[in-house]
Amino acid sequence: MTDDYLIEKEKGGTRMCLAVSGKVLKIEGNKGIVEIGNMKREVFMHLVPDVCVDEYVLVHAGCAIETIDEEEAKITLDIFKELLYNEVRL
Amino acid sequence: MKFAYEFRNAEYAKKLVEKLNNISSDKINIMEVCGTHTMAIFKYGIRDVLPSNINLISGPGCPVCVTPQSYIDAVLTLCTKEDIITATFGDMMRVPGKKGSLSKKKEEGFDVRIVYSPMDCLTMALQNPSKKIVFLSVGFETTAPMTSLTVIEAKKSNIKNLFFATANKIVPPVMEALVKDKELRIDAFLLPGHVCAIIGTKPYDFLSEDYNTPGVVTGFEPLDILQGLNTLVNLISKKDYRIMNEYKRVVKTVGNPYALEYLNKTFNIVDSNWRGIGRICGSGMEFNGKYEYFDALKHFEIEYEDYDGSPGCRCGEILKGKIKPSDCPLFKKLCSPENPVGSCMVSSEGTCAAYYRYHKDNI
Repeated sequence: MTDDYLIEKEKGGTRMCLAVSGKVLKIEGNKGIVEIGNMKREVFMHLVPDVCVDEYVLVHAGCAIETIDEEEAKITLDIFKELLYNEVRL
Repeated sequence: MKFAYEFRNAEYAKKLVEKLNNISSDKINIMEVCGTHTMAIFKYGIRDVLPSNINLISGPGCPVCVTPQSYIDAVLTLCTKEDIITATFGDMMRVPGKKGSLSKKKEEGFDVRIVYSPMDCLTMALQNPSKKIVFLSVGFETTAPMTSLTVIEAKKSNIKNLFFATANKIVPPVMEALVKDKELRIDAFLLPGHVCAIIGTKPYDFLSEDYNTPGVVTGFEPLDILQGLNTLVNLISKKDYRIMNEYKRVVKTVGNPYALEYLNKTFNIVDSNWRGIGRICGSGMEFNGKYEYFDALKHFEIEYEDYDGSPGCRCGEILKGKIKPSDCPLFKKLCSPENPVGSCMVSSEGTCAAYYRYHKDNI
């Protein structure tokens, strides 16, 4: 996602549906600092008022549009791991 | 976890492809609705590893592509008016209208600026009190909440020199038009992950309930897409027409309630024209009475007459998935990303741009 973000920055614009993940470093009112790749960006947090520092959010057009659920991400990755494991057992 | 590279693991991808190849089924037409999916599918070479019975059709999920030419012409008129600063997302700059493009207008000396977020326009309005800022509000449910936030902020801060040329669109109604199209024969949908992040999965239930067509919400990494396709093919083989969510780390069944509230506060749902597809009931958004003052086309009394298309350009049929870009006589001859004739070649999410960049059989 970082490379997509860099391309986007280079082009100086926004690809409409592209959203990138980043770690919330700081929250002050409706604004937050989010680390995307190795860049820090000011992001509007109106749509994720319950998010906490160190959580990840999805950023689109300067706003965090959703919190990323780490537990759910792990469950999905475990499904993939299971696929490989079953293969080895067979 | 960074939520990116973990979902690009080659070993898992190989296994998912293998699994997909082992599910026997007849020919299946799957539409990926979202332009970012189209781009990701090409970028990661997913078409090349799919079994031959799976036919991926690219849908109308690129907001720039589906914006009718009449809107482009209206904003081209607007940007030449006195004391106007036009603010837009980068994708819109080179979309051709009858009278050039925003890029050309900028070259001619008119003040057209690219912004990263509509919220940037608030500062621009304060820094340029003698100017009138017009933001081109194009985008689906993913992007529209940012316009809501900005206009609410503008009203609250009594900013009088910021306006919005709104052409925001709602995705599910256009999918109903496509699923009804007998010529297309769509068997299943890969649902647009980031639209779903805002609206949730419920607005797609009609696909399952009324049209026996399953849909799976997926993310944009290669493992997300391959897993989504696996789930869809499995559903079809069992004649199970459910809507399923394989992007649970981001998408909730109810969507993002805060974003939906902002949309409800500021917009009314209206009918809207889609390039090449036509007028779709309930597929557009317009400011409600409380925020009408900020509507640029009304404020500047820009005459707006719906019409569509450049001569010879087949963007319309491409957006509906009826033909592939290589079937268009202009593709790679008169139409290229450097010199686009139609909007599908302009946007980085456009089907023609994706085929131009990645597809091998298009020479």
